Amino acid sequence: MTRNLLTTSALALAFAALPGTVGWKIMHAVPAAASTAAAVVDQARIERGAYLVRTMGCNDCHTPWKMGARGPEPDVTRALTGHPADMVMPPPPKLPEGPWVWLGGATNTAFAGPWGVSFSANLTPDPDTGLGKWTQETFITALRTGRHEGKGRPILPPMPWPMYGQATDEDLGAIFAYLQSLAPVKNRVPAPVDPVESQR
Amino acid sequence: MTRGLVCAGVMLLGALTLSATRPAGPVVLASAVDADLAPPARLADTGLYVDGRIGDIDPRVRPFSPQYPLWSDGMTKRRWISLPAGATIDASDEHAWVFPVGTRLWKEFSLDSRRIETRFLWRATASRWVSASYVWNEDGTDAALAPAEGIPGFVEVAPGRRHSIPGRSDCAACHGPADRAQVLGFNALQLSTDRDPAAIHGEPLRPGMLTLRTLEEQRLLVPSRPERVTAPPRVRTNDPVTRTMLGYLSANCGVCHNGNSEIAGFAASLAYRDVVTDGDAVVRSLVGQQTRWQIPGVPEGRSVLLQPGAPEQSAIYVRMKSRSPSSQMAPLGSVLRDEEAVAALARWIDVTRGRTH
Repeated sequence: MTRNLLTTSALALAFAALPGTVGWKIMHAVPAAASTAAAVVDQARIERGAYLVRTMGCNDCHTPWKMGARGPEPDVTRALTGHPADMVMPPPPKLPEGPWVWLGGATNTAFAGPWGVSFSANLTPDPDTGLGKWTQETFITALRTGRHEGKGRPILPPMPWPMYGQATDEDLGAIFAYLQSLAPVKNRVPAPVDPVESQR
Repeated sequence: MTRGLVCAGVMLLGALTLSATRPAGPVVLASAVDADLAPPARLADTGLYVDGRIGDIDPRVRPFSPQYPLWSDGMTKRRWISLPAGATIDASDEHAWVFPVGTRLWKEFSLDSRRIETRFLWRATASRWVSASYVWNEDGTDAALAPAEGIPGFVEVAPGRRHSIPGRSDCAACHGPADRAQVLGFNALQLSTDRDPAAIHGEPLRPGMLTLRTLEEQRLLVPSRPERVTAPPRVRTNDPVTRTMLGYLSANCGVCHNGNSEIAGFAASLAYRDVVTDGDAVVRSLVGQQTRWQIPGVPEGRSVLLQPGAPEQSAIYVRMKSRSPSSQMAPLGSVLRDEEAVAALARWIDVTRGRTH
């Protein structure tokens, strides 16, 4: 548990230090726009979305973290790809009775708690493993309802959908436009694992 | 550091909501709800009862009973619809009726004869549907508007299992967004007079209930189609067991898994338009159809929706049997397994090998 606390603190410090760094710019490079008026508008939306993703903390959980020379840092080569498929998590250790109720993996993409085990999603537009088949409406509805694809299983902690769901349609649409502008990355994130007591 | 604190706070919030059967949160589906379009504060003011007092149902409000009821943890349900005087339903597309502005629908849920909640769906304007739930008091004398976020764990329906009053976002999860919500359970198949005698949890038609026949005879559907009376729709298959299962799956799953939704990874359609067109084709589309959802114990990438002869290797069965939050189907509105339907589904899958042509 101590290691988890240290990791969380280190992650927070790393986030605070990141904006403006080379790594941050790589993670949020905005694709070049075509020279049409519509493309300019689209580019403006994408840039707005990039800004929101950068400042709303999406990379906190959706980009795997790694240990760098100065401590934990986002792995910019896997930006917003979610929990790495090749990182198979063992069953989470059982916590003793007490105020500590959740655990986080080293990449900050896997979490265990009273809700079971959750994995951060691949937000790139890969059609099979990411958001490639989603529409903007699906995306907004998911964040407003807290349900996968807007009507499926509950979106699990620590995803802060109750807060993000209060953003305007315009801002959520801009975030979606930015995410769809990313290069698709095939990374099949595991399905969540329900808490043992509910598996009956 | 602030970000870290916020993140931790969010996680704590998530953990605190876990005892509920659904996530809580200040969800607003419509960006700006006109106050005039807000649901009334009391059920009595929605137009269901005579003189706006809990008691007799207004005779202009008509009861109906879908032949394939949605599973709701075994609760008893009563349903009504009210159309504005002189208004008709646009049935140009027989599988997608368009209801006139002013249409109101109610569904009352009871447990052991005690009324629990009454849900309300109202087409307030051409571009706005209002949805709400009203919660009954202990002695059943009044029902008040539930909070927009619903009431998690409102009543125990079985030891350790509690029914939640849905939030408005839950209404939208099934009925769709407020600007184009869809009415469920009131369509040509559900109201057909060619009722399935083996329908799971099927309810008897009672005097005065609207049916496809009465809608046609009373000219409430436009355009008129005499075949609604002479050849009412049914699940199209020669096998009575398949008919019953597809009816159930269409009512309980087809709302989302309809071929038109954006749900990734579910290629088959259980929409009622498809089961009445060619039920056997629907079955064939399920058999061997890969699903992204991983069936426990099945090799990675090998999970299918329906494996003839093997219920435990059929995702439809495994998820319908589950009541774990992340696995169960349907994903909301139920905390108890539909034992009767699960058993029927297992029997059907067991013998489907010989039915898949």
